[in-house]
Amino acid sequence: MRAFARSVWVVTRKDILIETRTREIVFTTLFFALACVIVFAFGFVREGRPMDDVAAGILWIAIAFSGTLALGRAFERERQGETLRALLIAPIDRPALYLGKLLGILLLLAVVEIIIVPLVALMFQAPLFEHPLLMLGLLITGTVGFAAVGTLFAAMLVRARSRDVMLPVLLYPITVPVIIAGVRGTAALLQPVADLPMARAWLSMLVFFDVVFVTLALWTFEPVMTE
Amino acid sequence: MKKLFVPMTVVAAAMFAYAPFMILGAPYEATMGLVQKIFYFHVPSAMAMFLVAGISGTAAGIFLFSRKPSADRVSVAAAELTVMLGLIVMITGPLWARKAWGVWWQWDARLTSTLVMWMIFNAYLLLRRYGGPGSDKLAAAVALFGMANVPFVYWSVNVWRTLHPKTTVVPTLQAGMRGPFWFCVLAFVLVSMVILMLRVELEKRRQQLDELYLAVED
Amino acid sequence: MTLDFQELRLVDVTRTFGRRRALHKVSLTARAGTITALLGHNGAGKSTLLSIAATLLHVSSGVVQYGDVSAHAGGAALRSRIGLLGHDLYLYPELSAAENLAFFARIYGLDSVDARVDAALARAGLTDRRDEPVAGFSRGMRQKLAVERALIHEPRLLLLDEPFTGLDEAARSALRERLKVAREAGAIVLLTTHDVAAIEGLTDASLLLVDGKLAA
Repeated sequence: MRAFARSVWVVTRKDILIETRTREIVFTTLFFALACVIVFAFGFVREGRPMDDVAAGILWIAIAFSGTLALGRAFERERQGETLRALLIAPIDRPALYLGKLLGILLLLAVVEIIIVPLVALMFQAPLFEHPLLMLGLLITGTVGFAAVGTLFAAMLVRARSRDVMLPVLLYPITVPVIIAGVRGTAALLQPVADLPMARAWLSMLVFFDVVFVTLALWTFEPVMTE
Repeated sequence: MKKLFVPMTVVAAAMFAYAPFMILGAPYEATMGLVQKIFYFHVPSAMAMFLVAGISGTAAGIFLFSRKPSADRVSVAAAELTVMLGLIVMITGPLWARKAWGVWWQWDARLTSTLVMWMIFNAYLLLRRYGGPGSDKLAAAVALFGMANVPFVYWSVNVWRTLHPKTTVVPTLQAGMRGPFWFCVLAFVLVSMVILMLRVELEKRRQQLDELYLAVED
Repeated sequence: MTLDFQELRLVDVTRTFGRRRALHKVSLTARAGTITALLGHNGAGKSTLLSIAATLLHVSSGVVQYGDVSAHAGGAALRSRIGLLGHDLYLYPELSAAENLAFFARIYGLDSVDARVDAALARAGLTDRRDEPVAGFSRGMRQKLAVERALIHEPRLLLLDEPFTGLDEAARSALRERLKVAREAGAIVLLTTHDVAAIEGLTDASLLLVDGKLAA
């Protein structure tokens, strides 16, 4: 068990090290998320006032789009120099490899969200921090759900053709429940009188989704990565 | 299974030939008139679609963990059938909906989860087609995840809004409609199975062809 | 998690990709303390064979044995005794030489990481450039580092795919020497190349692959 945790940490630590050195993915993802928010704002802001309920949708779409970008870039890195092969031939447990990459992605997306969430709150006058614990819960479980499926798919697409376009094509339909729960949960919190039970219901669904899909991913990572 | 092929085809063909008569004979629905009869195509297609989607996902799971090529053949055949039946469902549905609800589309649980599932199987086929070598395993993972996903989509959209007639529609059908309805369900399921078997056989022949090519080289 | 073996044995190994047969009934045996070369043109199946020996690819038919252990049964313990060097070198360009070595040392669960990294850097002659990002290295330097990375866990089986490509003569003889040292230590070395001159005087056995078959 300890060896497993160590393996996970070695992989994650390496990703963190590379990222802090170049900061490439963090910056590009962040600015992409920002661009998303702005572009959607043009679509949904009328006469200088945002339409109701728009903030929740824009936030989660920005997370989904920039998340997909980050996933693609993170695994593109493992494609250069074919280091993914080196990792697959190492005596590390496949699930540990998966979790290591997943944690790296989560940390990256956390950095992006720390900037984007206050920004959306500001630009759309949305009281996203009224119920910080629930909001944080939604953000964490939603991001985990999205990244869990995304990490598996991005890893398995590393050696496939058309991988850039295939990742969104595969990922978005499967993460529809995450988006729905994230948006509706956030929207519930943004009501003039926040609908806390509703938000909690969505949070529970996300937790359930995360458990099911992380388990499924851990289970299928090995057969999917070996030819 | 193969022995049943010819009898099944014959029965399915006969049922389809007879179905229009049954459907015409069924009572007219009060408010909708003739358009309501789309129901006899739409719902059986949807039921058949979910059945073959389940078959595809299960076969994909088996393929992923046992690596048996026969499982992969069934998976891809059923996936193609899912997409086809889905197309029928999504065309007949809005035609019916326009008359019944006044709109072509609604974002409720049933419609949305069907749409998402349809898209997932489209993605499955796209991956197999354009993903390059080795994409059969990857696609199998997608099918598996897709199947696991459907209850979540359904639940999410259900909580979100509901407009589609609830499942209770079927048990509360007028007596005259029940007969034709279940007849059509059986007909569609039979036809789906026939097509599935044909397609699996085609896939098997393709693999045999590959093996023959290899044998020629020796 | 200790597993060791004295020979690699492939028996009638066949691998097909759809309509294409990459390998056809290839059999070979390689023992500890030997260097075997796999020769052949591009597309002859050399890389496929190496991937199979590395447990990264399943066979369509045939048997792969590492001593008494088969490829299936080996798992992580078997992988810890195998070292692979591909054409793409498996290095992270953003990390320094020392960091690359340390990462792989940790992944292989080795102890005294720092000491091993220092020793590996010394063998590669890169001690004074240990903290520079690999992106700035020449091909020859990267190759030396990559070879040390592949050997850092002292594998029993060392697989190298076209290791001499793109190297100048000095780098080539350095690589030859390094492989001889590995052979002395009892490794089974299997390398592929399409350049016969590079391996002159180095190998104990040479096999020629033509269109997936071993030429007699």
